[in-house]
Amino acid sequence: MTTTQRIPPGAEPAGVPAALDRTISTESGRELAPPSKARRRASRRNTLAALGFISPWLIGFAIFTAWPIGYSLYLSLTDYDGISPAQFTGFDNYARLAEDPRVGQSLLNTLIYTALYVPSHIIVALVLAMLLQRAGRSAGFFRTLFFLPKMTPAVAVGVLFLLLFNGQGGLINEALGAFGIPGPYWTTDPAWVKPGLVLMSLWSIGSAVIILLAALQNVPKELTESATIDGANLWQQTTRITLPMISPALFFLAVVNTIAGFQTFTEAYTAFFGAGGESFQSDAALFYVIYLFRQAFEFFNMGYASALAWVLFLVIMVVTAVQFVVSKRLVYYEGDQK
Amino acid sequence: MTAHAARPLPAGSTTGIRHDAAADAHADVARAPRQRNHRRRKQIGRIVNRAVLVLLGLVFMYPFAWLISASFKPRGEVFDNRLIPETFTPQNYIDVWAEVPLAVWLMNTVIVTALAAVTVAMSSAMVAWGFAYFRFKGRGVLFGFVLATMMLPGAVTMIPTFLIWNALGMTGTLVPLWAGNLFGSAFYVFLLRQFFLGLPREVFEAARIDGAGNFRLFWSIALPLAKPAFIIALLFEAQAAWTDLMTPLIYLRDSETFTIPRGLKALVDQFGFGGNWNWEIIITASVITTLPMIILFFVGQRYFVDGIATTGMKG
Repeated sequence: MTTTQRIPPGAEPAGVPAALDRTISTESGRELAPPSKARRRASRRNTLAALGFISPWLIGFAIFTAWPIGYSLYLSLTDYDGISPAQFTGFDNYARLAEDPRVGQSLLNTLIYTALYVPSHIIVALVLAMLLQRAGRSAGFFRTLFFLPKMTPAVAVGVLFLLLFNGQGGLINEALGAFGIPGPYWTTDPAWVKPGLVLMSLWSIGSAVIILLAALQNVPKELTESATIDGANLWQQTTRITLPMISPALFFLAVVNTIAGFQTFTEAYTAFFGAGGESFQSDAALFYVIYLFRQAFEFFNMGYASALAWVLFLVIMVVTAVQFVVSKRLVYYEGDQK
Repeated sequence: MTAHAARPLPAGSTTGIRHDAAADAHADVARAPRQRNHRRRKQIGRIVNRAVLVLLGLVFMYPFAWLISASFKPRGEVFDNRLIPETFTPQNYIDVWAEVPLAVWLMNTVIVTALAAVTVAMSSAMVAWGFAYFRFKGRGVLFGFVLATMMLPGAVTMIPTFLIWNALGMTGTLVPLWAGNLFGSAFYVFLLRQFFLGLPREVFEAARIDGAGNFRLFWSIALPLAKPAFIIALLFEAQAAWTDLMTPLIYLRDSETFTIPRGLKALVDQFGFGGNWNWEIIITASVITTLPMIILFFVGQRYFVDGIATTGMKG
C-alpha cells in the first residue's frame, strides 16, 4: 500500500505538531483558493461538517474512554462488588495490593514471560525475515507458511499448547526424545510453564516477520552492495548496516510486544484457568491480567480490580518511557540530523 | 560500478571490467576461477537458504497437520502423534455437532464478526475523513487524543464499560461484543487517515466545484478511493472479533449466546479439566474454529500483508 508518499514539503503550517495536524494536500502544496470573507463564512460551515464526521469518535471517546477512565480511577478507591453501592475506602485497595502475595507473584510471572517473549520474538522474526529476503521468488510462499499460524484463534493456540507440550507423550517431548533429550513437564512443572508458553507463542510470530521483511526490503541495495565491495562479510554487513537501517522497525516491535506481553491473557487462561477450576500448576501461569480479570469478573472485587488496572497502566507507561529514552541512542531514523 | 572496476566484483556482475593497462593476461587467468568459485558459493547459499526455509516451513505447518490428523482419529488414538491416523474416521465431525451447540456458536460468531467489522470500518472511515479533509481549530489536539487512546491498556476501561452495558441490560446478549465499534477505533482511524492523506486534494476540490456536498464527497469519492485501507480494516477487525475470548468471557453466560472461542473454552473446561476427557471433540472444534480464519487469510492475503507491513512502517 502506498499511503504517505505524496505529502508535499511545506504543506503543514508551522508551529503545529506536524504529524497530527495534517490534511489532504494539493499536489503542489499550494492552496487552491485565496482566503476571502466568503471563504471565512464557509469555514464555519466547514467546521460543523468536520465535527459531523468525527462525531462517532467524539461520542465514543466520551462514553467508552473518558468516562471509564475517570470512573475506574474512582472505583479503585472503593470497595465495589458490582451490585451494592460502592463504599469509598481511600487508598485501601492500593495498600492491600502492595501486600497481596498473588499480585507480586503475578507481576513476577508477567515480567519473566515478557522478558523471554520480547527478545525471542524479535530474534526469531529477524532470522525468518532475513531468510525470506534471500529466498527470491519463493519468498511469498514461505511468508504465507510463517504467517498462517497467526490466524489461529488464541483459544485454539492454548488448546494446542496443552496437547503438544504435554509432558507425557506430547509431540514436542517426543521430538526432543528423538534427539536423546528428555523433555520437561512443560504444562505441569512450574519452572517450565512460562518457557513453554513463550515457545508456543513463537508459532504466532507471523506479523513480526512481515514487518521486518518489509523493513529489510526498504534498506537501499546500494548500501549493502557497496559494503560487500569494500570487503564486509555477512556479519559486518548485518550488524553495521542492516540492523541500524531497520532499527525503527525493531524498536516498534520491542514496544508493541512489550505492551502485548504485559497483557498476555488468552492462551494461559485457556490452558490453566476457567470454570473447570484452576489446575494445580496455575500459580506459575497466573499472569497479571488473568489475576485482574478473575478479581473483577469471577470474585467481583471490582474496586480492587480497578486499582490493579491502574498499577498495570503505570507499569506499562514507565517501561515504555524507558524504552523510548533508550531508543534515542539506539534507533536510527533516516533524515535525522545528529 | 566502473569506479570499483579494479577490485573483486560482486557476484553476478561478470562484465564491467574495463581494459586497464595493468590488467594483464596474468590477472585475467587468476580471476576466472575465482568468479566460478564465487558463483558456486552463491549457489550453495541458495540451496542452504531453501533447505532451511523448507525445514522451518514444516515446523510451522506441523501443528496444523497434527491437529487435523488428530481430528480424524478415534478417542483412543488422539494422542499417538501419528501424522497419518491409524484408524481414519470422520466420526468426530459428526459427533461434535451433536455433543455441543456448535452450529449456534458458529452463527453467533458470524453475526458478531460481520457487525463488528462493518461498523468499525464505516465509522472509522468517517472519522478518518473528518480528520484528513477538513481544516478546523483543535484538529491536531483531537487527533492526538485519538492516538493516545491506542496506548491505554484495555484493563483500565474494562470494568466501567461492563457497568455501562450492564446498566443498559445488554449483558448476556451479543450487543456489547460489537456495538462499541459504532464509534470507530483509534487504530483504524489512524490507518484510514494515512490513506486519505495520500490522495491528491485536487480530486476533491474538483468534485466540490461540480456541486458535490460533504456527504457525496465522502461516500461517492473518498470512500471508493480508500477501498484498500477499508478492506484492511474490515479484515483485521473480522479476525479480532472472530478470535476474541475476553469480551465473550465478560458478557456471555448462557451456552446459546456463546461465540465459538467462548464455546471452545467451555469445552476445555468441561471435557478437558472437567474429567470427561473428550479431547477429540475439543480438537475437532478447534479445527472448525480455525478454518474460517485460514480461508479469510487466503481471500485477503494481499490486504493482510500490506496492512501489517504499513503498521510497522508507521512505528
